[in-house]
Amino acid sequence: MDDFVQLVSLLASTVRLSIPLILCALAGLFAERAGVVDIGLEGKMLAAAFAAGTVAALSGSAWIGLIAAIIVAVVFSMIHAFACITHRGNQVVSGMALNVLAVGLTAVLAFAWFREGGQTPALSGAARFAPIVLPFADTIGQVPILGPIYARLISGHNALVYLTVAIIPIVSFVIFKTRFGLRLRAVGENPHAVDTAGISVAWLRYRALICTGVLCGVAGSYLATAMASAFQREMTAGRGFLALAALIFGKWMPVPAVLACLLFAFADALQGRLQGVALPIVGVVPVQAIQALPYLLTVLLLAGFVGKAVAPKASGIPYAKEK
Amino acid sequence: MSSRGDMPAWADYVLLPLINLLLAFVLSGLVVLAIGEDPVRAMRILVEGAIGYPEAIAFTLYYATNFIFTGLAVALAFHAGLFNIGGEGQAYVAGLGVALICLYLDFLPWPIIFVGAIALGMAFGAAWAAVPGWLQAKRGSHVVITTIMFNFIAAALMTYLLSNVMLEPGRGAPETRRFIASATLPSMQTMLGWIGIEAPRSPLNFAFFMAIAAAFLVYVYIWRTRWGYALRVVGQNEQAARYAGIDPAKTIIVAMAISGALAGLMGVNEIMGAHQRLLVAFTGGFGFVGIAVALMGRNHPLGVCLAALLFGALYQGGAELAFEMRAISREMVVVIQGLIILFCGALENMFRPWIATLFARHKAA
Amino acid sequence: MTQTALRLSGIDKRFGPVHANRSIDLSVAKGSIHGIVGENGAGKSTLMSIVYGYYQADSGTIEVDGKRVTIASPQDAIAAGIGMVHQHFMLVENFTVLENVLLGAEGGALLAKGEAAARAELARLARDYGLDVDLDAKIEDLHVGAQQRVEILKALYRGARILILDEPTAVLTPQEADKLFELLALWRSQGSTVLLITHKLREIMAITDRVTVMRQGAIVATRETKDTSQAELAELMVGRRVATRVPKSAAAPGAEILRVEHLSCIDERGAARLQDISFSVRAGEIVGIAGVSGNGQTEILETLAGLRAVASGRILYKGEALPPPGTPARAKFARSVAIAHVPEDRHRMGMVVGFDAYETAILGYHDDDALRRGPLLSESRSIERCRDLMGQFDVRPADPRLRSGQFSGGNQQKIVLGREIDRDPDLLLVGQPTRGVDIGAIEFIHKRIVEMRDRGKAILLVSCELDEILALADRILVVCGGRIIGEADGAAADEKRLGLMMAGIAA
Repeated sequence: MDDFVQLVSLLASTVRLSIPLILCALAGLFAERAGVVDIGLEGKMLAAAFAAGTVAALSGSAWIGLIAAIIVAVVFSMIHAFACITHRGNQVVSGMALNVLAVGLTAVLAFAWFREGGQTPALSGAARFAPIVLPFADTIGQVPILGPIYARLISGHNALVYLTVAIIPIVSFVIFKTRFGLRLRAVGENPHAVDTAGISVAWLRYRALICTGVLCGVAGSYLATAMASAFQREMTAGRGFLALAALIFGKWMPVPAVLACLLFAFADALQGRLQGVALPIVGVVPVQAIQALPYLLTVLLLAGFVGKAVAPKASGIPYAKEK
Repeated sequence: MSSRGDMPAWADYVLLPLINLLLAFVLSGLVVLAIGEDPVRAMRILVEGAIGYPEAIAFTLYYATNFIFTGLAVALAFHAGLFNIGGEGQAYVAGLGVALICLYLDFLPWPIIFVGAIALGMAFGAAWAAVPGWLQAKRGSHVVITTIMFNFIAAALMTYLLSNVMLEPGRGAPETRRFIASATLPSMQTMLGWIGIEAPRSPLNFAFFMAIAAAFLVYVYIWRTRWGYALRVVGQNEQAARYAGIDPAKTIIVAMAISGALAGLMGVNEIMGAHQRLLVAFTGGFGFVGIAVALMGRNHPLGVCLAALLFGALYQGGAELAFEMRAISREMVVVIQGLIILFCGALENMFRPWIATLFARHKAA
Repeated sequence: MTQTALRLSGIDKRFGPVHANRSIDLSVAKGSIHGIVGENGAGKSTLMSIVYGYYQADSGTIEVDGKRVTIASPQDAIAAGIGMVHQHFMLVENFTVLENVLLGAEGGALLAKGEAAARAELARLARDYGLDVDLDAKIEDLHVGAQQRVEILKALYRGARILILDEPTAVLTPQEADKLFELLALWRSQGSTVLLITHKLREIMAITDRVTVMRQGAIVATRETKDTSQAELAELMVGRRVATRVPKSAAAPGAEILRVEHLSCIDERGAARLQDISFSVRAGEIVGIAGVSGNGQTEILETLAGLRAVASGRILYKGEALPPPGTPARAKFARSVAIAHVPEDRHRMGMVVGFDAYETAILGYHDDDALRRGPLLSESRSIERCRDLMGQFDVRPADPRLRSGQFSGGNQQKIVLGREIDRDPDLLLVGQPTRGVDIGAIEFIHKRIVEMRDRGKAILLVSCELDEILALADRILVVCGGRIIGEADGAAADEKRLGLMMAGIAA
């Protein structure tokens, strides 16, 4: 029984850790499916986290913080669009620039505005997304097996977790079942086909990057106002890149990418518990091996050693009519 | 590409980067304004802090040493049409190569340690880059993504080794013991002391001269050897390379290896020169600065050196600035760096048509 | 009498220095199949891209069904009832047929509704026109013929009344082509209009009502198909150019230098590009390969130069078999045994546009000992060699430090040709030596090629300009569909007969 409760709490923390990855991976999905490489997820998420932390602290409302986070992430995303779509700049360089800019700008502004060594003021009350206890969690919690699952795995998360759970099928639906999604998938594969079908390639890609910005905004907000209770310097800690790896691992498909995020988050949740614990056969697994695993798997996948991930054909190439 | 003919070369190589640089600085100034400080005063402190007194200059040059290495690494790969953003990881792993010799073979005579540690550092960096190169050339996995992944893998590997294997017990942070004196690079203070000049204490060391030499050698390699010729053909036109009997796959792998070795030299500067021990996260983002340096320096070794000096000054002056103006933190430099990458890199063509028109009108008049 | 479906007036288009369309006037009758023929680069595809809104004309007007329309984008064209099947299909390869048809004509923000409607409509189209394709198949799993049917379905689904087909049969088997023509005829009978771009004269004669001939961006003639002949069209297409023939004595062929035996080659998609090619080239003769471009000439040149792998066959050089082509080492080997190659497309292969002229002038020979100083590649020697070459080949401006891309086409070609000839090769493989080259330079280049022959070198010349073949070749091979379908003596060759052979009619 104790083991079972342990397992449930491991899964619960997997869910909590997976949220920013899932949001970011879905954000990346919009960009990359539209043929725009986005290694700037990390930066957008960081800038959003800062905006959320700052505005939530000032307004006292986590929701207003969320809106601010979305606005800031979309602005960052539009800089990327302006450079890559309008000026046909190098997409990798642009993503890199935004990452670096976000690291610098958030630290400088946080330091200057709040004088707390680069973090925003600690949030409490309505300025944070607090856990929501679902109805009857206490009562049902007493039931064996199902009880802990309901009370600790399903109930007790904050609003953004439930929002993300809702976003996953919505994204999947938008990508596969709507006009916008069809065009988006087409423009990442063959922009010429989209152009000759009478659709503006540039405007389509701009819209895709707006979606990217929105989702990065939610992810950033989750970090600063739900998972933690303030913005901290470089608090994204590589999650944007991990999400990118998950996106590749999920072969640029929403549901597999989400599963990859859950896998990576599970590894993350597990590593804390495995510290120094000897497992059968393999013995003590170093934490770092688990940390490196997602990246290693992604490289192997990209190299075609484990399955094969094929990127959208037109990704990374600025669109020009003349072939 | 084709628009290159629209303006004179000096406009392309000097004027355009300067306009973009200026824009980056103007926007940085606005950030300073936004936090309620005086940008002009900030600029003055920054410049003074960077070159105002001997110790400042030494620190500026020490930072510049790192940036020359990582900038050259990016630039060389770029000429082969590759975007190596894995300099961070390559330098990190190179630090391990250096430390292996300096820690475990430090009973050897000094010249052997000197050559061996640098060589092994470069070899480690080269290997860490050659694998993504091989994956790109032979398996079609994009070097940008794989080098990012390799950065993280390097970080995990190094943290593991440092906190479990090479750690010196009793230290607060995961780091090795200090190398013995004969397993380090002489500091600038020491070297100037040999010729009777008194210099301030600083991390500036022999690696600075190696950086200058590396810049020169990279120039020679790219523009004065047939290998460099082949590398540039592959970077510009892979079809033409095949036509010319050049093997693009081999060229890509070699280019990545050299690029990694150059990034590895940054590890030499830091580990064997400045810190004289191996420590966690010693690369401190300098690998990424290399991207900005290469973009600003137009991928030319001379440009890279100048841009590295600029960034060295920014890093050193930025530290001073954070000290003098309490509202401004060290990361102000990172803001400037990000803006430079944005304007000199991603948006480099923003003003091009505009300036080309200006020149065309001038010509017509 | 008949209504006009499409009328173009004064359409003019330039791409930088290239005048792609020169004041084109064209009217296409409703309910007719109108052919447009011309050589590669005659401006057919550009004109049609303008009608479809993919490019905008610099000047001129377009009328559809007697009404002036502004076509600023494909969307406008589609709205005006114009559909186009591009030569390179505009399909998303990993999409299903249905998704491709829907793209841009989804019928609402959600796909489900449009999908149901589309299925019904496509079923009707498939029934009416015999266009059956599995709607749920992925494009990449379909063969080219079926992919083309998808393109046609796309246009029909969007309600096209004027259909433009750009080289539709280039990828089809004769049977598939016949089926396509049946479809077009059926469609015409319902009052719709077809514009058929092709360079295959047989097709023009078989299917069209009228035919317009384009040459060098302009219309040179429009004929009722029943009043013309393949011979007349061939002549109109090729045209009578200013005679720039260089004086040339009869060839004195010597030993056999190159012998190709039963060469076959297939492309990445598995289609045969060369089929059982055999021929030989002797010292002191120029063998010309004539043909409409895309019929195997590129593959012949590239396999011989070592760049492209072969499926079967042998290549003998001076009596010995060359190592199998397809590797960079083999390309290098070819140079080392005095085989030189001037590629057809200098920008794609023969030069590096961003390099200084002196660097382009050593491409492929950068390993040369004479250019080396110690371990280094001597810049001064490279420049010296380039300056020398520029003098010999009259390159202007004679500035080795000028960027290769900044020379005019003729001077670029002189640099490439000069580089290859300068090494005094025993076998010269040369493709399109005067494409995009001005008249003066053409004569110069022709002279140098003849000079080489007179020095007893073997030359294999590929050109889509029949005139050029006639001016230079001592022996002419005609290729079509990856096969050699005819041979002629250079001095006695008859242009009309060659034209017919190029069009796929063995004579």
